[in-house]
Amino acid sequence: MTGTLAPAALTDAPLAIGGRTFRSRLMVGTGKYRTNAEMVAAIEASGAEIVTVAVRRVDLDRTKEAGVLHHLSPDQYFLLANTAGCYTADEAIRYARLAREAGFNDFVKLEVIGDRDTLLPDTEGLLAATRTLAREGFQVLAYTNDDLVTALRLEDAGCAAVMPLASPIGSGLGLLNPFGIRTIKHRLGVPVIVDAGVGTASDACVTMEQGVDGILMNTALAEAREPVAMARAMGLAVEAGRLAYLAGRMPRREIAVPSSPAAGMLE
Amino acid sequence: MTTLAVTINGEARRVPGPATLLELLGHLGLDPRSVVVELNREIVRRPRLAETRVAEGDSIELVHFVGGG
Repeated sequence: MTGTLAPAALTDAPLAIGGRTFRSRLMVGTGKYRTNAEMVAAIEASGAEIVTVAVRRVDLDRTKEAGVLHHLSPDQYFLLANTAGCYTADEAIRYARLAREAGFNDFVKLEVIGDRDTLLPDTEGLLAATRTLAREGFQVLAYTNDDLVTALRLEDAGCAAVMPLASPIGSGLGLLNPFGIRTIKHRLGVPVIVDAGVGTASDACVTMEQGVDGILMNTALAEAREPVAMARAMGLAVEAGRLAYLAGRMPRREIAVPSSPAAGMLE
Repeated sequence: MTTLAVTINGEARRVPGPATLLELLGHLGLDPRSVVVELNREIVRRPRLAETRVAEGDSIELVHFVGGG
């Protein structure tokens, strides 16, 4: 058997988005950690290469080192700026331009939020902002809902990747609509990265088993009792889920089938 | 040296003038490599900070990256 066990599943292609390739299919946020040291340790433990950051006003009183780059090296991680907190296309476009001016890359995780309670996306604003930013050369990764038609329109609008939610941002409810996510993945040519809602490692694993290209999470790590341990668990779960997807699961049957031979039983 | 009344990050401030945006960042103790500057809603790229003057009544936004998801 030696040397014969090299199925395609074990030689997965790297994740490619907007002309770049990434070794990890797990992306993590940098928000809400109890301390910066814990954030850095958790991100390291997750194995993530892409980390998200937000654009905000500098604190002119400088009472603390609020800038995330005081703690995370841009040489070590690929910084993916978001437009979190934006409620209109114009606002999101403004934030994306500011983020690009920081000089790291032209990727943006585009959020245009439509509702304050659920933080669900304003799909009309999202499409409008995507068209503008794609025209300006941005690699747009659009945070969207689990609706296929919106995802198709986002792809047409020029997204580098679409990011449907597993469940609402920060909810930790896990993958609510596996069918919707699978359908989006089947129909789109651009990478599908599930963003938001994953609560624990099993959620991440089940999400990856749908065949999506990656997962972005933040709160599941930051609000775990032990973020570093959860980050490691998530890294393993994303890998396990990916591998299980590539391996191809057995069919579901509503009947038992014995695993041991029926023949050869004693009289 | 006179002062200029400007709005920085939504706050009314008096800053020393005449000054360029680069000098203003220095006055505020900010490293120009770690902030992005918007002057009256227009981004001012880093190479132009030293040649862009601050004027009375300007509205300036200074942003950077913070933790987020």
